[in-house]
Amino acid sequence: MSDDLPPDFDMEEFRRRQRDRSRIMAIAMGALAILFFLITIAKIGLLA
Amino acid sequence: MTERPPLTGDAAAGSDGYATMTTASPSASLAMPADWRDFLALTKPRVMSLAIFTALCGMLVAPVAIHPVLGFTAILAIALGAGACGALNQWLEVDVDGAMRRTASRPLPAGRMEPQAALHFGVGLGVFSVILLGMATNWVAAGVLAVSILFYIVVYTIWLKPRTPQNIVIGGAAGAFPPVIGWAAATGEAALGWPVSLPWLLFALIFLWTPPHFWALSLFVRTDYQRAGIPMLPVVAGETATRRQIFLYTIPMALSAVAPWAFGHTGALYGVTASVLTAIFLLLATQVGFRRSVEGDAMKPEKRLFAFSILYLFILFAAVVADAWILT
Repeated sequence: MSDDLPPDFDMEEFRRRQRDRSRIMAIAMGALAILFFLITIAKIGLLA
Repeated sequence: MTERPPLTGDAAAGSDGYATMTTASPSASLAMPADWRDFLALTKPRVMSLAIFTALCGMLVAPVAIHPVLGFTAILAIALGAGACGALNQWLEVDVDGAMRRTASRPLPAGRMEPQAALHFGVGLGVFSVILLGMATNWVAAGVLAVSILFYIVVYTIWLKPRTPQNIVIGGAAGAFPPVIGWAAATGEAALGWPVSLPWLLFALIFLWTPPHFWALSLFVRTDYQRAGIPMLPVVAGETATRRQIFLYTIPMALSAVAPWAFGHTGALYGVTASVLTAIFLLLATQVGFRRSVEGDAMKPEKRLFAFSILYLFILFAAVVADAWILT
């Protein structure tokens, strides 16, 4: 694949950005799952 | 924060922050993802902080205590809504931002992100923020948040900003909604009616604070606005008229600042804080309102007024909360 790349393409930067974005998405999804769980518990508590 | 390189090569429209790097062979292409910090910059975190703080204050002074988890979620949703406004504003104003020195290094004009990615990010964030607020708290708060996002994008950014020097006078309403949203999140009501409720007095304070705040800024970045073709007051009406308007708008702002005390919504702590800080604001606005800049002027009084106006709003909102929590 690297033969097809333009000469100024920074593969290292490409990989770093991919890794960072994946990490951020994983953290965001995990945090949202926890938040939704806590919201559910809070709402159940308010109804009780 | 390290400076990230712009997307290089023959960047074509991609999606989700990816810019397609076309190569010699049409079939072979590779996409460079935009950096996550550029998505963060798209949300204008500094502007967002004011929305978060004023929303939190609106929530904390509400007569109904909100569950901490739901309160946190409400603030998160308001922050995401403000972030959506920032992203969509930058998507709409990429050419304007590129023409202004102050904003030329933002992700879109600097070429570090594809416009389509900013659009998807902004719309997604905005829709998600409204749904999250509605599901976690109530649909009155979510409705006000939706109105404020639409107001900022449609009324301010698209309609008013490129057309009239009154853009920030009317558009200032968009930034004034957070205390009302915070209040509505806690109480389930928008608190409309007479006598004017505390959240709407706080709305009025931010609304009337916006013109002197932004016009002070526009005086020392006038050439930027001129270059970008934005009809800010100094560009259209000149410096002297802008200075007079700063002074004139400070008067109703001062009245709205002491109104929560006058209407009996707050006690002496807020009243004294608001009176003292407003007197200083009036002094600085008078200084700006009646001076004339000379060639090579450093515009120190204008910069001082701009900086103080930010501190002023933060302290006033903190005082509303302190008054409600400590003294009552």
